[in-house]
Amino acid sequence: MRCARPFAPLALLTLQDCAGVQSAFDPSGAEAERINVLSWLLILSSVAVLVAVCLITAGALFGSERWRARISGERLVIGGGLVLPILVLSILLSYGFYLMGPGSPAGRADGRLRVEVVGERWWWRVTYVDESGRRVESANEIRLPVGRPVGVELTSADVIHSFWVPRLAGKLDMIPGRTNSLTLQATKAGISRGQCAEYCGGAHAFMSFYVIAMPEDQFAAWLEQEAGDAQIPTGADETAGQTLFLSSGCIACHSVRGTEARGTIGPDLTHVGSRHSLAAATLENDVSAFARWIRDGEHVKPENLMPPYDIFTEAELAQLSSYLDQLR
Amino acid sequence: MELPNPDPRPEGEVRELERIWATPRGWRLVTAVNNTIIGLLYLGVAFLFFLMAGVLALIMRTQLAVGDNRLIGQDLYNQMFTVHGTTMMFLFAVPAMEALGVMLLPQMLAARDLPFPRLSAFAIWAYVVGGLVFFSTIFYDLAPKGGWFMYPPLTLTEYSPGDNADFWLLGIGFIEISAIAGAIEIVVGALRTRPPGMSLSKMPIFAWTMLIFASMIMFAFPAVILATMMLEMERAFGWPFFTAALGGDPLLWQHLFWFFGHPEVYIIFLPAAGLVSMIVPTMARTPLVGYRLIVVALIGIGFFSFGLWVHHMFTTGIPALSLAFFSAASMTVAIPSGIQVFAWIATIAAGREGLRMTTASLFVLGFLFIFTLGGLTGVMVAMVPFDYQVHDTYFVVAHFHYVLIGGFVFPLFATFYYWAPLFSRRPLSERLGRWVFWLMFIGFNLAFLPMHLTGLRGMPRRVWTYPGELGWDLLNAVSTAGSFVLGAGVLLFLIDLAANFRIGKGGVENPWGAGTLEWLPNDVYSTRSIPYVTSREPLWDRPSLPQEVQEGHHYLPNAPTGGRETIVTSPIHARPQYVIQMPGPGWPPFLAAIFTAACFLLLTVKLVTIATICGVIAVVFCLVWAWGLDPGPSKGVIQVAKGVRLPTYMSGPTSHSWWAMVVLMFVAGSLYIAYIFSYLFLWVVSPEVWAPAGSPSPPSSRWPLSAGALLLAGSGIVWLVSQKLEKVAASRVLVAAVLLLSLACLVASLALEVEGHLTTGLRPGDNAYGAMVYLGVVLFGQLVLALVVMGPFTIARHVAGKLDAVRRVTFDNYMLLYHYTVAQSLLGLGLIHGFPRLIG
Repeated sequence: MRCARPFAPLALLTLQDCAGVQSAFDPSGAEAERINVLSWLLILSSVAVLVAVCLITAGALFGSERWRARISGERLVIGGGLVLPILVLSILLSYGFYLMGPGSPAGRADGRLRVEVVGERWWWRVTYVDESGRRVESANEIRLPVGRPVGVELTSADVIHSFWVPRLAGKLDMIPGRTNSLTLQATKAGISRGQCAEYCGGAHAFMSFYVIAMPEDQFAAWLEQEAGDAQIPTGADETAGQTLFLSSGCIACHSVRGTEARGTIGPDLTHVGSRHSLAAATLENDVSAFARWIRDGEHVKPENLMPPYDIFTEAELAQLSSYLDQLR
Repeated sequence: MELPNPDPRPEGEVRELERIWATPRGWRLVTAVNNTIIGLLYLGVAFLFFLMAGVLALIMRTQLAVGDNRLIGQDLYNQMFTVHGTTMMFLFAVPAMEALGVMLLPQMLAARDLPFPRLSAFAIWAYVVGGLVFFSTIFYDLAPKGGWFMYPPLTLTEYSPGDNADFWLLGIGFIEISAIAGAIEIVVGALRTRPPGMSLSKMPIFAWTMLIFASMIMFAFPAVILATMMLEMERAFGWPFFTAALGGDPLLWQHLFWFFGHPEVYIIFLPAAGLVSMIVPTMARTPLVGYRLIVVALIGIGFFSFGLWVHHMFTTGIPALSLAFFSAASMTVAIPSGIQVFAWIATIAAGREGLRMTTASLFVLGFLFIFTLGGLTGVMVAMVPFDYQVHDTYFVVAHFHYVLIGGFVFPLFATFYYWAPLFSRRPLSERLGRWVFWLMFIGFNLAFLPMHLTGLRGMPRRVWTYPGELGWDLLNAVSTAGSFVLGAGVLLFLIDLAANFRIGKGGVENPWGAGTLEWLPNDVYSTRSIPYVTSREPLWDRPSLPQEVQEGHHYLPNAPTGGRETIVTSPIHARPQYVIQMPGPGWPPFLAAIFTAACFLLLTVKLVTIATICGVIAVVFCLVWAWGLDPGPSKGVIQVAKGVRLPTYMSGPTSHSWWAMVVLMFVAGSLYIAYIFSYLFLWVVSPEVWAPAGSPSPPSSRWPLSAGALLLAGSGIVWLVSQKLEKVAASRVLVAAVLLLSLACLVASLALEVEGHLTTGLRPGDNAYGAMVYLGVVLFGQLVLALVVMGPFTIARHVAGKLDAVRRVTFDNYMLLYHYTVAQSLLGLGLIHGFPRLIG
């Protein structure tokens, strides 16, 4: 991972390597890059002011008679408390207005692709809407074409959540009854992590997701794949797993397109095996994770709203997991 | 200057004062009302909450020390951070400041006590009982877990079943009320019980900050009181204020909560800044540089702080124009804060002999550093795009702990070390104090400085655990270590306290050589005589003052009425006006507080019948307590100084009672303005549910016109009685008849209003419009209820011969609240019946 380019030497300040899939210091989106410049500007000017105040205080405490006499009047109060802040704040404010105002350089979504994200306790319902109006249902992961500004529409199905991918942009709340719009523009391919930033009760700490930015052509191919129906299982275990899935009540909440599973309460599982993570970025995605989640979900992610399923034998659990895992 | 009482005083006056002001002993101690006793209790309990909420913080820091940690469970953690935040803000910070106001303000003003001693006692006991019960919910899994900000819809019954959230709502609602009682006390105390000669421009900065603090409570707290009422009504009865599907809006809560919540920060910080403005000049041995600039800055902060609340909501998706406005407004607060910081630095520089490096000075310097840093990160988060990244992350956690611990806890510890000699026979240890300071300072910075980075590296707030691979482990481990160092500092302070703090008099008088009145020789009765003040630092400018005061050469050197009393002066120039006779120790305020607390807490667990009984008992004790007030003019005119004779009774606009009632009306007015805001806000959000299109039209205009006519008639009756009280009071029957008639007007008007809306078929649970209409009725009704209690009380006073044309304070209070009720309700009728017609 690379550091914030403009001020790389200052990376020292951030202790370790300044990277992280969820770090605002390592932007990979247009908005986050702009904010990163602003952040460093603010950090540097704040440090400068703090050092100045400390020096003046040291002067007042330990300075020579002459020094102290010079800063002991109301002149210092007016200069330091009135003139200085007005100057500094005016400059900062103008820059801030420039960043967010009507003439802001923030990209406008081009309308070719829209992503609707609904915050649910404690996962993300994701729907891609392309130019033709085709809706592609998915969950807990967002894929974006690199370079294209994509409009993201945010709302909530229950309580207030907040949508935040620090490497791409600032956060925006998801409020029931309202729809907020955000533009995401990934500047390079790669994985970023996002997390709910508004306390939403219970398993708030486990409400995360990954954003995968891909080159335009790969993205187009992926979206076609994602729009399609689920793969039909071929192996014996997988087929048995599908039978279990369809007969054990899973379909009351989950959809797997191309089968009779059309539940809408929980996440769409049509291509769940191809996702980067399970349970809203709580578990890495592999066969054993499916088994663990189904059997032990309440320990993995306390208070999550999927009822515990301890009715399966080990063998059945393995079959079910391999079915889900092959939904790619 | 000629002394007010130049002649030698007769023997025995001091003994008389000691007898009158004696502190009740043994178990009767709970009946004490004197400000130094109950103030100490207040501060002690507030500090206990600081310790307990601090322990919660240490447990949470342990949980967060490393990633993927599962030491304490999710549910308990969620309860803990809610209780930690709520306790620190509502049970520690604001009460601790009010406690300091109660303890120090009368001393600084050389008043014998605050003007309403029993009200203070009531507020404090209610807080002690209510607060302890609220905090204890963490021990039996009943604590609220919606965060200290309790955002709906998360806190609605659908998502927070159980009583946990109700404990927050009722517990806090009731602590808010005790804060308001304290605020009334402080406003009237600062404006009316200053010593003769102490004009506003000579008032100590701390008194200025307390005055602004209390005024801000008057205007800020009603917003959150209304919000908590609405949330509880939605939880208990399903009135949909915050449910989007029925026309409510979760953002309404956020607006009301932050309209309170932001000033709250300054409510906490301002008095702390006032304390610093007292300590710095003493330690630098020079008057404060820029006194006038500071006063202007303080008032400026008070005003500005009400215009910034939206900066807590930058990420809710509000329009760019309001973002820009609130961003700019937020930054302007840097100016008055900067003025204060540089005024303190200039004062330090102005001291000829340099700043004395006492423990108090160290805490002040630590405060300067931490608060400046917190202020700078405050400017950073006021920049909207930056806030988009750091809002609700550990950066913000770091920021507000810098502002609150730096801006409040450090000055508080400076206060402990500086003012302890006033209340303790022994000062706190300067040697231990240094260790306390360095442990706290280093621990604090170690704990909170890294959090800025933790937040920028992506860690959100209020998560009970986090994945180990995101690069947050080391930073969190450092924070946890720092928090324990900070905790060790506080523990060492407790040891110092245990070793050295001994309540009582007899320590060194004025050990720091300070210039303000609290350092005059004093005892339970405060100072022997109340000094005539001619400057801002009277003890520096008149070295003989302590002796003069002690020998009784200033005002009121004795107790001429034979009871507790202090001088009331004019609000601006502090000219003596009258002597107020104050109540002494008594059971009613204590018992009223206990039963008020019981009523609220029993309501929380839905034991409505017992709660109602407790509520009634509480009201009865309040009435018993009020019965002993309004002493009347029987003590005549007394001499307080040579050639100065003052009345011992006052009614009308000069009396402290009138002032308190007016302050209460401001509080009620703020509550009603918050209601009007909410009504219009929900209409803007959901015009589709509003009458006449989306709900039944309001009843025909006959209903509100009759209701309004009844109100005006009632007001007219009360006005007439007031004008002719001399004649009316001659007849027992007449007073009772007209007061009951005025009450009948009110009740009939309320009944018409309720019945009118019921006939249209509108119900409060229908939608946000219905909820708003009936909330208006509730606000009308609660004032009517208050008057229904006060009316018969007034009649009873008259029947008992305790009310006449002169002794009329009880009637005046009834009259003032009556007129206020009529004014508010007429406005309400206009809004509720007029607005739908306007838009229809």
